Amino acid sequence: MGNGLLNKVGIPRLIISLFLAFLVAAAFSFGLPMGQIFSAMLTRFGMNALLVLAMIPTIQAGAGPNFGLPFGIICGLVGATLAIELDLRGFTALFFAIGVSIPLGAAAGWLYGLLLNRVKGQEMTVGTYMGFSIVSVMCIFWLMAPYKSPEMIWPYGGDGLRVTVVLDGRMEQLLDRFLSFTFYGVRIPTGLLLVTALCCLLLWIFLRTRTGLAMSVVGSNPRFAEASGLSVNKYRMLASIISCAMGAAGIVIYSQSYGFIQLYQAPLYMALYSVSAILIGGASLQRATITQALIGTFLFNGLLVIALPVANVAMDSDISEIMRVIISNGIILYALTRKEVGGDAR
Amino acid sequence: MTGTPRLEMKNISKQYYGNRVLKGVSFSLGRGEVLSLVGENGAGKSTLMNILFGMPVIHATGGFEGEIYLDGEKADIKSPEEAMKLGIGMVHQEFMLLPGFSITENIKLNREITKDSLLSRFFGKPLKWLDMPAMKDDARVSMDAIGLGIDEMLPVKGLPVGHMQFVEIARELDKKNIRLLVLDEPTAVLTESDADKLLEAMKILTDKGISILFISHRLDEVMTASDKIVILRDGEQIAETLPSETSIERIAELMVGRKIESGEMKGRPPSELKDDYILQIRDLSVSMPGERVKGVNLDVKRGEILGIGGLAGQGKIGIANGIMGLFPSGGDVKKNGDPVMLNNTRGSLDNGMAFVSEDRRGTGLLLDDSIEFNIVATAIQVQCKFLTQGKISILDGKGMTEYASKMIRELDIRCTGPGQLTRRLSGGNQQKVCIARAITLEPNLLFVSEPTRGIDIGAKKLILDHLVKLNREEGLTIVMTSSELAELRSICDRIAIVYQGKLEGILLPTDSDRDFGLMMAGEYHKIHRKEAV
Amino acid sequence: MRLLQKNIVPIVFLVLCSIGFYYSGLSWMFFANDLMSRLARNSFLVISLIIPVLAGMGLNFGIVLGAMAGQFAAFITVVYNLTGITGFFLACIMSVPFAVLFGWLTGILFNKAKGKEMITGLILGFFANGLYQLVCLIFIGWIIPISNKALLLPSGIGFVNTLDLKIWQYAIDKFYVFRARSIDIPVLKYLNNINFPVLTLVIIALLCAAVYLLFRTKLGQDFRAVGQNRHIAEVAGIKVDRVRIIAVIFSTVLAAWGQLIFLQNIGNVQVYGSHVQVGTFAVAALLIGGASVSKATIGQAILGTVLFHALFIVSPLAGKNIMGSAQVGEYFRVFVAYGVIGIALALHAWQRLTKKE
Repeated sequence: MGNGLLNKVGIPRLIISLFLAFLVAAAFSFGLPMGQIFSAMLTRFGMNALLVLAMIPTIQAGAGPNFGLPFGIICGLVGATLAIELDLRGFTALFFAIGVSIPLGAAAGWLYGLLLNRVKGQEMTVGTYMGFSIVSVMCIFWLMAPYKSPEMIWPYGGDGLRVTVVLDGRMEQLLDRFLSFTFYGVRIPTGLLLVTALCCLLLWIFLRTRTGLAMSVVGSNPRFAEASGLSVNKYRMLASIISCAMGAAGIVIYSQSYGFIQLYQAPLYMALYSVSAILIGGASLQRATITQALIGTFLFNGLLVIALPVANVAMDSDISEIMRVIISNGIILYALTRKEVGGDAR
Repeated sequence: MTGTPRLEMKNISKQYYGNRVLKGVSFSLGRGEVLSLVGENGAGKSTLMNILFGMPVIHATGGFEGEIYLDGEKADIKSPEEAMKLGIGMVHQEFMLLPGFSITENIKLNREITKDSLLSRFFGKPLKWLDMPAMKDDARVSMDAIGLGIDEMLPVKGLPVGHMQFVEIARELDKKNIRLLVLDEPTAVLTESDADKLLEAMKILTDKGISILFISHRLDEVMTASDKIVILRDGEQIAETLPSETSIERIAELMVGRKIESGEMKGRPPSELKDDYILQIRDLSVSMPGERVKGVNLDVKRGEILGIGGLAGQGKIGIANGIMGLFPSGGDVKKNGDPVMLNNTRGSLDNGMAFVSEDRRGTGLLLDDSIEFNIVATAIQVQCKFLTQGKISILDGKGMTEYASKMIRELDIRCTGPGQLTRRLSGGNQQKVCIARAITLEPNLLFVSEPTRGIDIGAKKLILDHLVKLNREEGLTIVMTSSELAELRSICDRIAIVYQGKLEGILLPTDSDRDFGLMMAGEYHKIHRKEAV
Repeated sequence: MRLLQKNIVPIVFLVLCSIGFYYSGLSWMFFANDLMSRLARNSFLVISLIIPVLAGMGLNFGIVLGAMAGQFAAFITVVYNLTGITGFFLACIMSVPFAVLFGWLTGILFNKAKGKEMITGLILGFFANGLYQLVCLIFIGWIIPISNKALLLPSGIGFVNTLDLKIWQYAIDKFYVFRARSIDIPVLKYLNNINFPVLTLVIIALLCAAVYLLFRTKLGQDFRAVGQNRHIAEVAGIKVDRVRIIAVIFSTVLAAWGQLIFLQNIGNVQVYGSHVQVGTFAVAALLIGGASVSKATIGQAILGTVLFHALFIVSPLAGKNIMGSAQVGEYFRVFVAYGVIGIALALHAWQRLTKKE
């Protein structure tokens, strides 16, 4: 009976949840400001949720987690920087950035999808390195692009955009503060959570439409899908487009909450973190649900939020970054070495 | 035959989870003799060879009963390594050659000749030098022995199929202690001239005293090459005979013959079914690996149950797969007089045709999804059923569950409910889900391939009865492809037999065992041509 | 013509490097000397990738673990002040147990992820780096006591960022340096005034010979058999899992020594950084030399090292002169490294698919 519960929850989820609970208890006993900590947990959850949800379409379509998410992320960065270049503020800036990012991200997803369809079975490896390559190309772009906005370029001459662009006064924390309220000392970033809920709802509806169902069938068993008259390539392409578009919008939401747009090398490992998050949430490399994405985002980011202050008290060292590396890559290794159940790549 | 027999199989029996596949098979084979094993698919030939070769699958499923004697000594063969040590060699149906290695390296794979090196004194065998010249000499000897004259250092990649087969035999021959060689359908992929060369090579081997177990369904080869013929059917040894005392027809008849009560046959006589054709197939070719179709002409009568039979690999499975667009095909197919576009699964489905694949787990099911979703999945995509109304239609979960429950009742699918994962069901119930899925499309022509493969007797009957019910009550035309002649003869109105990718002929269920056997072995027309002359 | 087609990748890079060299404005002597020292310190690492490729495990991004093993050994020599060429060879010996252990664990992991070895190696590299940082930043000075406090961060826990390796810098490079001064023969005169680190080059030549000879032994034959088809090898009785693990161990040990050779030339070790890009750069170099995911030769490894590092040298200056920014050049060479790997992986995956059809 205990075995049944273990299988249902999954060993990684269990370990990480227990670890998180342990850290929360430790934080409490160290007298750390729990209100602030919980606020940070909620904020980071909302910040990352869409980026993690972006993993679902490609997993469901049988192409594995989208290691090529950087393709979408850089489109989002282009949208965000463009908003600043055009001197937009507030919700106009936000909507403009998202409005530009999504079509760009979709186009990038289409290009990436062409590649994906030719490398069935090796999507993860190819995606990772193509993602790295495109981030490197974009570094050259950020260096050379004709941006004029003083907030973005280096103040005393020097080439290209700054590494980090501050969003103070433009859209910093826009969604977070929208309708936010405090509850027992915990600040609830309502706008952010509402947007996250909206994204979940849209995705849920999509996955239950005829097209969304077809996508899941293609990922569940490509031969079955073909025998039902579905084109495997078409739905994998669609998944790539949706995923990259979500990534593009996702980075805009991430940036506004963070308060900074991070350019150059920053997007390199973002795909990996999203992959880890959804795997921690209980997803596998072939099947992922919205619930798993949400649980995983919360656990992964919650852990990181609380680890830093606790570690600082306990051992005066920055163990948070190391932990992030170990946990995120550890969970991916775990997923890679599990026996694949059913399904196949032809 | 004098002296101790090279091989004696005494009372070999084997069951897989209660399913008896071998029932007391016994035979003996002398030194330097060729014994041919003949039988339909599922007759037990592969299982017998697996036992002889000590394959892991035998021991993982409870071992076997009976005894094996090699040159008079009892042999306990628990693994392929042990079989090889005892001098048993096997040439499998699929080639076990590494394309990037030369012929010599393949012949000597994992049995390379080595010389001591400095490091091997410390680290042992792995760091010994390969003695290529010695290996080349050995390879040359084996290759010359069977008449393969090509350069022994040629890479295997790019060799013609015939040569590759010979390399496999040379490899077995190179195992100096070889006394018994098993050849599993060696001529299946060879041209006639290559096959003749193979038979000659076999003669050279037997002259050296090596005994050969020859598995083939090419009856003319069996007659020419064997010293002894053993016929298996349903795991039992039906007969052991000499070529001089039998004929191709007799062998065919024995392979196939099975007692079927006439009351069990549900097929209707030709007079009852009009010459109204729902499907007309001309010159159909299908490139399905292992089941190639090379020009089939066939007409399907409206309202009939047409059976397609034949031995494995002869192409019968390819026909339905080709028409439904699962494998590249060519030719002319007309439904109700209108041309059907090939290589277009969606088109075939839209045209009122549905398909239950022979590959139940691979193509027929979404193993990690529920029964209800499996049943409606195709209908959702092709016919937009089970979706809600409105501007955005999503899955109608309630409608799906209701419909699935109805199907579960109708087909008596044993499960814990419509939400259960299909992976958990038994083979028979999985098959029922596949059939339910096809029926949900409300087709007017249903292709069913291997409907009862791997299913227990009780479920078999249920499925076949249900197919008959669909045919009689709904007027659904059924084309049933099966390796089991008995089940074809029990419910079909007519049975088409496919041999070497072409239609060998059409028989009635009531036709003689002999005719069926001959058609399946491709000998029917040869015999009848002889008679005509 | 066929020669051109077969070697298209190195030829393209040769052209690229030539253009870069032209625009960089560097003197031949400066360029050649820099290239020679880079060749000497990096070839070992690139050659260490060959065995896993031939054993069917693709590009072993897990050589990062070998580099870490080498670095642990280096730390020990620093802590115990083992100097000179003896210190260097002691480091090599001490790195072996670490490397064998890491290689063994990597091999076990690869066997559990058959068909996905490359991504597994990549992620393993990141994961191991996390553990490595845990050891170096948290355990050192705390669980593992270090007497020499100068090596530790102010808090007393964790290594400093840069550890000086003057104790055996150039131990083998400057053992004997050959420098021609007055060759007058047409082509060879370009070799004038170039410093040849003779001992290092001899060691690399020995490695090449060793790898070549390895593939004439039974073990090498097993590697190749397993690399072509695991199933057939298994049916023939080869212990496939064991062979794969041995291949990875070889690769990891060679990577450890390779990293030590690299460090002795640089003269210091960035505790948290020297090993990080080892996998990417070595793999990119191998691929640029014309190797693929399933086939790699010693010649390709050496050629690739030369071309990759030539590009590395000229990119920043060429970037400055062509585009007005050295940064562009730097990003360009990183892009080349990642891009070459991405394209090679994509091509390999695509070829595998079309072969099955």
